[in-house]
Amino acid sequence: MSELIDRIGQCVERGKVNITSPFPNDMKGQEGADELTRQALDADIKPDEILQACNTGMQRIGERFSKNEVFVPELLMAAKAMHAVMAHLKPFFKTGSVKSKGKFVLGTVAGDLHDIGKNLVAMVVEGNGWEVIDLGVDVKTPKFLDAIKAHPGCAVGLSALLTTTMANMIKTVAEIKASFPATNIIVGGAPLTMDSAMKIGADGYSPDPQGAVAFLSKLSSIG
Amino acid sequence: MKSLLAALQNGKVLISDGAWGTLLHKRGLQIGECPELWNITHRSDVLTIAKSYIDAGADIILTNSFGGSPTKLKHYGLQNRCVELNEAAADISRVAAGTDHFVLGSIGPSGVMLLMGEVSEETLYNDFCIQAEALKRGGVDAICIETMSAIDEACIAIRAANKSTGLEVVCTFTFEKTVSGEFRTMMGVSPVEMVQAMKEAGASVIGSNCGNGFDQMIDVVKEIRSVDQTTPVLIHANAGKPVLKEGETCFLETPEIMASKINDLIKSGANIIGGCCGTTPEHIRALAKVVKG
Repeated sequence: MSELIDRIGQCVERGKVNITSPFPNDMKGQEGADELTRQALDADIKPDEILQACNTGMQRIGERFSKNEVFVPELLMAAKAMHAVMAHLKPFFKTGSVKSKGKFVLGTVAGDLHDIGKNLVAMVVEGNGWEVIDLGVDVKTPKFLDAIKAHPGCAVGLSALLTTTMANMIKTVAEIKASFPATNIIVGGAPLTMDSAMKIGADGYSPDPQGAVAFLSKLSSIG
Repeated sequence: MKSLLAALQNGKVLISDGAWGTLLHKRGLQIGECPELWNITHRSDVLTIAKSYIDAGADIILTNSFGGSPTKLKHYGLQNRCVELNEAAADISRVAAGTDHFVLGSIGPSGVMLLMGEVSEETLYNDFCIQAEALKRGGVDAICIETMSAIDEACIAIRAANKSTGLEVVCTFTFEKTVSGEFRTMMGVSPVEMVQAMKEAGASVIGSNCGNGFDQMIDVVKEIRSVDQTTPVLIHANAGKPVLKEGETCFLETPEIMASKINDLIKSGANIIGGCCGTTPEHIRALAKVVKG
């Protein structure tokens, strides 16, 4: 039983999606997250136990990414494997037998069309058990405000890659704080540092997706 | 059409241009506006920028076409104007450069990933062909595929540019220093891995742009030269590391600071040297002065 759960967690960490997926090389031809999750559910393993194992796998790959031991491809494949698991678990979220840890509204700020970094954050945060509301790229402030209204208690993540769109990030942080002072905001992107993030009034900064998970975990342990 | 490889013979070092984006914004390009559309709507502004680098002493200038692929232009609903915008970009730089300076047609990454199945190899190849052909028609001497991070996409871009234009192709990657002090692209590619793959794909010149200032670029070139002593290397470096000052991102290395390091960069094995983020015509003037005396 628990061996099956461990294997699912490993598939997520290694990015093994299903039996036909050629990635990673050393797991070619083996069953992946997709098949093993089906088997686990058929064997009456509890969905939240499966999810827990996946969260752990995702956390491990996120940490290895932070340490530059793996890079974007490995993280993307892990997220893809996680998605394969979630497709099987979705019905249990609807019935309430599995719960998310909280809500995270995320987007790339106005004027900026870059989505790779933002998508990585979305995948890792989701893979660690949060519900992610991804507003996409070039998101103007009113759209963030509407989403915060629609998802009370959510935390917000802002992304910017361009040095030129930093100005819009600063504006968006200020406008969110003016309307929803209690909303926690984390920012990230190439032009930022912890120091600059604090200066523009954000509550957190992370250079990598796992840092966003750490930020959200800290919030939920306080809240 | 002039040959870059011929011009680099006998150890000659060529000076390339600096940043374009910053100068476009200074002239009123708004955040969220398509820079390539300015090749039509603000032709004289783009021409002034191109000329400013020639006047500063650059042997080579690029084109305002970094985001000119059909995939990128789609964000602005301009994908059907890909040929027109790239041809105009090349024509503007050609007018500024005259016949005795080089024009390299800039092609940036598509922004979509093969790995995730967001795009097929065939679509990517065809898109790069369309852009490269249009740049050739506008009069470029060679194609410069830049800011690459993935081997697969860069190889497809090089093959497409070679096949569709027959011109020399330059390909540069963007590296960052990892926590353990190695250089890798965000996709995990090291300078050594890049060298092998780019040469096999058919690049005439390889190198690195953005992400680093001269200090780190010297180490990147050394790593390239540890496995390849003959392929010409192009470096477009940032003016140091970005710093946030009163809500604005600044690159602090002055023309004098960059100029003081260029001889070390040449010594490490770089053949074509120019700037990326934060560099201006003044930076290029200072670099040209050191190299040309």
